[in-house]
Amino acid sequence: MLLHPGRGRSLLLRRRALTVTTALLAVAIGAGAYTLLTGAYELPASDALRVLVGGGSDLDRFIVLGQRLPRLVSAALIGAMLALSGALFQSLSRNPLGSPDIVGFTTGATTGGLLVILVSAASSTATIALGTTIGGFATAAVVVLAARRRGGVGENLVLAGVALSQTLSALNDYLLSRATIQQAEVARAWQYGSLNAITWAQVRPLAAAAVVLLPLAAWFGRPAAALELGDDAATSLGLGVGRVRAAMVGYGVVLAAVCVSVAGPIGFLALAAPQLAQRLARTAGLTLSVSAAMGTALLVVADLAAQRLLAPFQIPVGLLAAACGGVYLMWLLGLRAPAAPGRP
Amino acid sequence: MFRASGLRPLALDAGALCGGLAVLAALCLLSLAVGSRPLALAEAWEGVRAHDDSIASLIVWRLRLPRTLLAVVTGAALAVAGVVMQALTRNPLAEPGILGVNAGASLAVVLSVWLGGITTVSGYLWFAFAGAALAAALVQLMARRSREAGPTRLVLAGIALGASLNAITGTITLYDTSAFDSYRFWVVGALEGRDATLLAWVTPFLAAGLALALASGHTLNIMALGEEQAAALGARLGRARALALAAITLLCGAATAAVGPISFVGLVVPHVLRLVMGADQRRLLAASLVAGPILLLAADILGRVLIRPDELEAGVVTAFLGGPVLLAMVLRRGEATR
Repeated sequence: MLLHPGRGRSLLLRRRALTVTTALLAVAIGAGAYTLLTGAYELPASDALRVLVGGGSDLDRFIVLGQRLPRLVSAALIGAMLALSGALFQSLSRNPLGSPDIVGFTTGATTGGLLVILVSAASSTATIALGTTIGGFATAAVVVLAARRRGGVGENLVLAGVALSQTLSALNDYLLSRATIQQAEVARAWQYGSLNAITWAQVRPLAAAAVVLLPLAAWFGRPAAALELGDDAATSLGLGVGRVRAAMVGYGVVLAAVCVSVAGPIGFLALAAPQLAQRLARTAGLTLSVSAAMGTALLVVADLAAQRLLAPFQIPVGLLAAACGGVYLMWLLGLRAPAAPGRP
Repeated sequence: MFRASGLRPLALDAGALCGGLAVLAALCLLSLAVGSRPLALAEAWEGVRAHDDSIASLIVWRLRLPRTLLAVVTGAALAVAGVVMQALTRNPLAEPGILGVNAGASLAVVLSVWLGGITTVSGYLWFAFAGAALAAALVQLMARRSREAGPTRLVLAGIALGASLNAITGTITLYDTSAFDSYRFWVVGALEGRDATLLAWVTPFLAAGLALALASGHTLNIMALGEEQAAALGARLGRARALALAAITLLCGAATAAVGPISFVGLVVPHVLRLVMGADQRRLLAASLVAGPILLLAADILGRVLIRPDELEAGVVTAFLGGPVLLAMVLRRGEATR
């Protein structure tokens, strides 16, 4: 849509995107600071601040650096990665609703993770990650193949994903009901998507994955924008359409699967963040950096709310996201209703 | 659409109905015989007839007969609710499970357990109705907004509604752990271990819902023509819509309170029947009265056999059957629009 905007306009848009990104990161940093400096454990903010600059008692250091910080870091990274994954899928399906959860990939990844937790005797972050990645990829393959066989991108992809994810979530419920109560407790805490019990042991592999995966996103900006013009136009621009699409699907699935393996499925973030980013930045196409910043800001704020709303009870952030995200999606669907043609 | 009903010989319908009833009767008998302690068909029947203290009789009367009857009434309820909902929203993908009506009933039940400490069916049935009614009304509102935009929008809005409601349900069951253990069995939609008093409680409501639905078949036919035409033909749309919503509420609320949220019966049955017999709502409603129980009963029996000695809940089996059917519908639609 904005393929050949005037030079000035394009610059203006880019400046706006930059401003929005900066503002979102400021929100994330503000909420992050609040998360670090306050909490259920009685610790004066000044003491917490002292920990951050290198001082403080051992207990204070443990609370801030061992408990609050890993949770904050994981929220920031997962938010960015899920949002990127969503932006790619939405671009790929040329449909604002084509996010990884709507098209069933997250449910498939959950199934893979649950299988690992419930079937294997000892499950670690690594084996769960393997399970979620395989589950996510398998589901993605089935959905994309099914929708592509009929030449359908967009709406068909979404509906095929909905169909498959309904079946898979029945499988997930079944797996949970088959587990012993101890296993089920572990699995369900994970299944709802939560950062409650996250430690550095889980954040380290996540951070490593983020360092490798996040910069790769820059590589997809140009080809993805070309793909949005349609297959023919993209081919005439010299793009290997099939190859690029496969790479985008693979990259998007890996991003989502890594997040699911660490925190469990956090619904609707991947759907909402790119959409909100587009609205704020007023661009029509792919907005990778704004989307990532939006994801980070949303999840950091959401996790703060999840920690404090019913304190001391910790709401799994995935449930909070799903509750808000569902309402947001309904609003999105209602708002975007086209004017009814032919009405008197 | 209603042209077909006038022209088709009624004899054909009667034949199909008899065939369906025969299948249903056979499944009922099978349902009495199959289980963790299998009985021969003759033994099962003898157990029903004798109604004494023999082991076979006890198993049949205490366990399998209530379970079978429950499958029959809830199967009929869900299928009929599906027909009404698809007619009301004019959307072939509408279904109480997918569009969040069952999730609404579930949330209300969990709320009543959590806040009110209510644990009897007679107590939480009313909450299930309230939840189903609210969700059904919301779906109807969303459908009116989405009508011009194709079926996807409504399905997604339903998924969104269901996701929000289920997330709240999930938060409550986490917050109050004692409720969770029974909930995780209830939520998969199981027919196992539900007793006969449950059946006695929900049946009147289901019967009322079925009667309402069957009575509105004619108006649903007219409404299928579109709102302007229906109004031109003299249909009282507001009243018709209210009646249809009341039917959906009674059917889904009572069925969900009895066996937990079961998806896809309301999607699969009307869809398959429409392929076979056309789009006359009255005939669809009548036929789904028989076909719904067949599907749910078959799913329940299948669940008892598939992973012996364990059991697979009926709701899980219907979801496994229903997902692929939904997928097939989507793909067929894709083909048709090409």
